[in-house]
Amino acid sequence: MNAFKNHLSLIVALLGILFSLQTFIIVERAIDAYKQNLANNYSLVVVSKKNITEKTFQEKYNLVSNVKELAPDNVIKKLNSGIDKKNIELLKLALPKFYRLQLSHYPSPNEINSLTKSLLRNKNIMKVETFAKSHDSTYKLLLLFKSVISVFAVSVGIITILLISKELKIWQFKHTERMSIMGLFGAPTWLSSAVLFRLAIVDALIASSLAFILFSYLSSSDWVVSELTNVGISIKIFETLSDFSLMLGVALLVSLLLASFIVISHKEEV
Amino acid sequence: MDKVIVAQNLSLGYSKDEYIIKDVNFSIDSGSFVFITGASGSGKSTLLKSLYGALKPETGSLVVAGVELKGVSKGKLNLLRKHTGIVFQDYKLIKEWTVEKNIMLPLLVGGYDKKVQQDQVEKLLSHVRLKHQALKYPKELSGGEQQRVAMARALSNNPVLILADEPTGNLDDYSSQLIWNLLEGANKDLESTVIVVTHHIPEAMRVEYKHFHIEFGKIHERI
Repeated sequence: MNAFKNHLSLIVALLGILFSLQTFIIVERAIDAYKQNLANNYSLVVVSKKNITEKTFQEKYNLVSNVKELAPDNVIKKLNSGIDKKNIELLKLALPKFYRLQLSHYPSPNEINSLTKSLLRNKNIMKVETFAKSHDSTYKLLLLFKSVISVFAVSVGIITILLISKELKIWQFKHTERMSIMGLFGAPTWLSSAVLFRLAIVDALIASSLAFILFSYLSSSDWVVSELTNVGISIKIFETLSDFSLMLGVALLVSLLLASFIVISHKEEV
Repeated sequence: MDKVIVAQNLSLGYSKDEYIIKDVNFSIDSGSFVFITGASGSGKSTLLKSLYGALKPETGSLVVAGVELKGVSKGKLNLLRKHTGIVFQDYKLIKEWTVEKNIMLPLLVGGYDKKVQQDQVEKLLSHVRLKHQALKYPKELSGGEQQRVAMARALSNNPVLILADEPTGNLDDYSSQLIWNLLEGANKDLESTVIVVTHHIPEAMRVEYKHFHIEFGKIHERI
């Protein structure tokens, strides 16, 4: 029972940290997926006097990932009545070229402005339509999301520090006496602190295993998957290898730092 | 006879302005049994602490088992402590370890073979009449029993030097007698040097002993 209690306090603290960390990662992934969705659906329309190839666009403007020429057929259809075929062909030649530019990522208003300016520096380009109004409101929403996540990250950081400092006091109280007594019988530091480091490693392994089980379950849960699909986000909430490695690394780092701090701050009783 | 402890112009204290032991000279022969007495606060325990390196000399020199303790390195101090058995008035047992494991501590530190550790612990448990309590934790024992465990721990690696700080201070007659018998046995059979800080020297000592008395920061031998 005593041994169980010894382990439980650090495991709970570590689990709290790992849960917050993975939640933060999931939200970051969701935002990235959302940004990619926005980038896929957002495009600029460029009107040019002359043909511009996709290669030219991509070479001159880094942000441009995909270019599609828009056919003028719809416009011509509206003027169709009373104009003979020959004149329609002439009209087609006289009409400017319309291009839809897709971008590599969802741009900020500044990036759009600078892209528009550099596009307009090309003498053949007559107009650039950026749909700025709808872009800006969506971008502000994204910024709001990011701010919420930053607040969340800071809160997690503060909670982590509080949890660890509380744990540190408990551990100092628990282990200092044993380390002092062992020191009185000539135990070198590595031996008197071995129990502490073993406890730290075992607890880190247990906490990351528990977090692994929890997030593996959530990742395969139909309810969680359908909830994410409902809001239009398709992400993997738990990447087995990379996420578990990160969790294990963080748990080991935190618990070993904790143990090292206790060993370094340990003073022999006089 | 070899000297196990040599103090020259030794001063000890917890602050530089005020020494508790002031400029004393004494030596203790190897294999002897020594009592150190003195009034409360006279510096008996302070002197004992200096002998296992918990308190460093402020001035002068203190050599224990060939190790100069003034400015001693951690490694040398650990080596000295591996050959020293210490008994404290407040037992200083490790709460989360069983009786058996507490007794084993100096053997663990000394890196003895598992079989040797087990045999030695069993022998000592019978000496201190605690075989039936081997797997209990210190808090499950009485004060007398805890001190007997501490005594067994101090003897477990056949130390060259045994330092005991009021080992029978809070004990009943049965446990006190057992502790004195064990200290006498260690001195006679293992030829360990035994230094005991106490208020009262037991009347029926079966070994020859020396008596040092501390008064006003000075140490005097009483014959």
